[in-house]
Amino acid sequence: METIMDLRKSLDDKKVTSEELFKKSNTLAHKYQEEYNSFVTIIDDYKHVNSNSLIDGIPFAIKDNFSTKGILTTASSNILKDYVPVYDATAYKKLIESGGVLVGKTVLDELAMGGTGTTGHTGIVKNPWDKSRQIGGSSAGSASSVALGIVPFSIGSDTGDSIRKPASFGGIVGFKPTYGRISRYGLFAFASSLDHVGCFTRCVRDAAIVTDILKGKDERDMTSLPDENINYVDLLDNDIKGKKLFYIKELTDLNLYKDSGSETIEVLNKFKETIEKLKSIGFIIEEVSFDEKLLKAIYPAYMTISCAEATSNNSNLTGIPFGPRGEGDNINDIMFDARTKGFSELIKRRFILGSYILQRENQERLFKNAQRLRRIIVDKTNELFKTYDAMILPAGGGIAPKFDSEIDRMSPRYLMLENHLVIANFGGFPSITIPSGFVNNMPIAINITGRQFEDGLVLNIANKIEEQLGYKGIIKEEYDV
Amino acid sequence: MYKVVIGLEVHCEVKTNSKNFSSAKNAYSEYPNEYVDTTDLGLPGILPVANREAFRKSLMMSLALHCKTPDIVMFDRKNYYYPDLPKGYQITQETKPVGKDGYVMINVDGVDKKVLINNIHLEEDTASLDHFGDYSLIDYNRAGVPLLETVTEPCMYSVKEALAFLETLKGIFLYTDVSEARVDRGQIRCDVNVSLMDENSTELGTKVEMKNINSFNNVKLAIETEIERQTEILNNGGKVLQETRRFSEEDLKTYPMRSKVDAIDYKYYIEPNIPPIKIEDSWIEEIKKDIPMLPFERVEKYMNVYGLSRYDSDIIVKDKKVSDYFEETISLGTNPKSSANWLTSIILGYLNKNELSIDDLYLTPQMLHELIKMIDDGEISSKQSKEVFIKCIEEKINPKDVVKSLGITQITDDKTIRDIVVRVLDSHPDLIEDHRKGKNTFDFFVGQVMKETRGKANPSITASIIKDEIDKR
Repeated sequence: METIMDLRKSLDDKKVTSEELFKKSNTLAHKYQEEYNSFVTIIDDYKHVNSNSLIDGIPFAIKDNFSTKGILTTASSNILKDYVPVYDATAYKKLIESGGVLVGKTVLDELAMGGTGTTGHTGIVKNPWDKSRQIGGSSAGSASSVALGIVPFSIGSDTGDSIRKPASFGGIVGFKPTYGRISRYGLFAFASSLDHVGCFTRCVRDAAIVTDILKGKDERDMTSLPDENINYVDLLDNDIKGKKLFYIKELTDLNLYKDSGSETIEVLNKFKETIEKLKSIGFIIEEVSFDEKLLKAIYPAYMTISCAEATSNNSNLTGIPFGPRGEGDNINDIMFDARTKGFSELIKRRFILGSYILQRENQERLFKNAQRLRRIIVDKTNELFKTYDAMILPAGGGIAPKFDSEIDRMSPRYLMLENHLVIANFGGFPSITIPSGFVNNMPIAINITGRQFEDGLVLNIANKIEEQLGYKGIIKEEYDV
Repeated sequence: MYKVVIGLEVHCEVKTNSKNFSSAKNAYSEYPNEYVDTTDLGLPGILPVANREAFRKSLMMSLALHCKTPDIVMFDRKNYYYPDLPKGYQITQETKPVGKDGYVMINVDGVDKKVLINNIHLEEDTASLDHFGDYSLIDYNRAGVPLLETVTEPCMYSVKEALAFLETLKGIFLYTDVSEARVDRGQIRCDVNVSLMDENSTELGTKVEMKNINSFNNVKLAIETEIERQTEILNNGGKVLQETRRFSEEDLKTYPMRSKVDAIDYKYYIEPNIPPIKIEDSWIEEIKKDIPMLPFERVEKYMNVYGLSRYDSDIIVKDKKVSDYFEETISLGTNPKSSANWLTSIILGYLNKNELSIDDLYLTPQMLHELIKMIDDGEISSKQSKEVFIKCIEEKINPKDVVKSLGITQITDDKTIRDIVVRVLDSHPDLIEDHRKGKNTFDFFVGQVMKETRGKANPSITASIIKDEIDKR
């Protein structure tokens, strides 16, 4: 399957035009829409701004929670179903100014909350490798549009694992850089302290290319990091011999999974095989112990913090300045009605939780304690980063789940293995998920998470691993057009 | 008898170019929704960008109120739903306010008093709502305007003290140029807490809060109304309920809004989009240097050093520009009392009458200095000086040139005056007789001399020569 660099070459050699690429993407988008539902909006008009960047003339998709001026942006929620923004998100603006060509706005779990790709207001998103399975979320359509070969790259947001988890289910690369590396201006906030902008690509090099374009200080985002005078692409081929990686015993030791399903066992076996392969090319990889109590606390701490912030962040959705106006005799009833009709039950549940967590009498016990846990987990990880260059782990405990499955996924051990990606959101660490093989004909992935600010090193390590594992640019045969 | 205890929360809009967290203009407009940007509308995806100037001015106010300043810049969210709050939360300061534990000196009827400041914090103003028959309109011009809230301890014991505090605070806002504090534009608004306690008790009574009072006079009326209402309740053996009440200026009554049990939980938490920024000591020192001497200290200086009355001092410091004008005049060597007299009786009178500001005045401190010097040197009479003043400012001519052009330099020469006096006395021997009999004809002689000299004769010299000449005869 063609990467950004492949397309760049074809464009530069005049074998294809940007408009032809767009038409192809547009045709595929329409072709797969009914079956997979990647898009809320498919763009039919070719619009291109000339640039000399590497992505000039190349089609892309962006999650429907990025503000795009004049283009419907719904966050896959009924409360925003007709919302057309008046301004551009910084990330989107940079891509357009760099010559990227927008193909569509992709479906997400409503307001980016959820990890299944099943809660958007326009329906569920399916996994290109197996239609009976989820692609995962919340950046579901961004993942499926790349996995289907509609676009070579897409933009998503990642608050818990919303880029990296669907990337792992879709056999593609998902990268979220250090917190603040990419401006969040124009990204509809879910949990501001955890929200990251990132990308889906077919290879690590493309992730570096896209991040090089997106990164940088933005005067409109006070948390954005200062500019650096480096391109991550230039670091990709650095020698990794002697780089030290660790994985966590409490998550990966097969002896702890005696009661688990065969899928998880197989995922862990493949992980161990991967580790051996990587040692053979010069990585030093060691097993470390991480307090199990802390690992178990990741998911509840994440839910506590994210629900709390989400409640506040989405308080602007009242149907007063914009959005469908509610009905009622007084202003409270009007807002109440708009929110009752505008949100799904799952969202209301999160808001109620968040509201409860932030209540004066609960804040100390719930919100503040969750923040303390977050701090302890980050400190512990940072301490390991003093010895190691990065952490390597299976992206999750299995393959993409079936739509109807709920089975044994709630066991504490499984929950730990399924939610460790949140560590990177807690600490703002750069984190990338890359394909590492197949289990039951479905892609599986490994995740590499590194030190804060060291995005270049994480991409460098991931690139070398990708070269070694040989799953670059995988796509289900029937889509390889 | 009961003792009243008053606490105030004063909201004042900070003067800046742009709003507190957006780049929209911070300005007053008669047209709704003229100064609005995406952030002010709370559109999805917006982020706050803290206004450094608003924070600097807030720190300046904090220092002027002798508050402790925080080590870092930090904001919190106050969460509640209302149509004038587009984001569904207000960015404010709860954890690390820009000032804590300060005080302001006020003077009530000649007695100094310390009003304790609990805290001062920077937040953003809400949109304004205009209510019509069965609908309301939202104007976002005000949404996001930096708003500085000063919270006192419940430490004022009379309406007079409360008003003196408000005037003093307003004066500090104006002197530091932190705000224009214009009541007519709603730039300064108050929440007032009132409670009554038994005169002999040390325990505070139950407090009632009245929100959003828009003028100092209404603060006075609201407190008086509430004192009356609470007194009646207590006199009848009742209990005052802890609640928020609304003051109505139409019928001078307060009405219940919500009781303590309905109090809103604002679910404060730290604003995650504004990273904590360290406040360097050097910044604080820089700001301190920019704080001018404030009204309270100026009054003290004028009274103790210059010997002015409190009344005159108060008048002069009321407007910083007038006070600065005064000090500049003095710095040129002019007598402080003469300068003060000129300012309070002539200059301010003229400005008020013509609705002008001291900025509009052609007469500079240097010119006033010269004018007073001409009087002191006996070049012109004080009566003439007033004519010179008017001609100077109306025709924009330097006082010295006015005096030259009018030819109104004073006659002080003994011989010239004496010649005229002798002539006047010679032609009115009968009146000299009358004078000796005790009748007041003296002023007539002075008048005649003035008439002959067209008012140029120095009055005191003239008087002494007349006396001398009469005695000789």
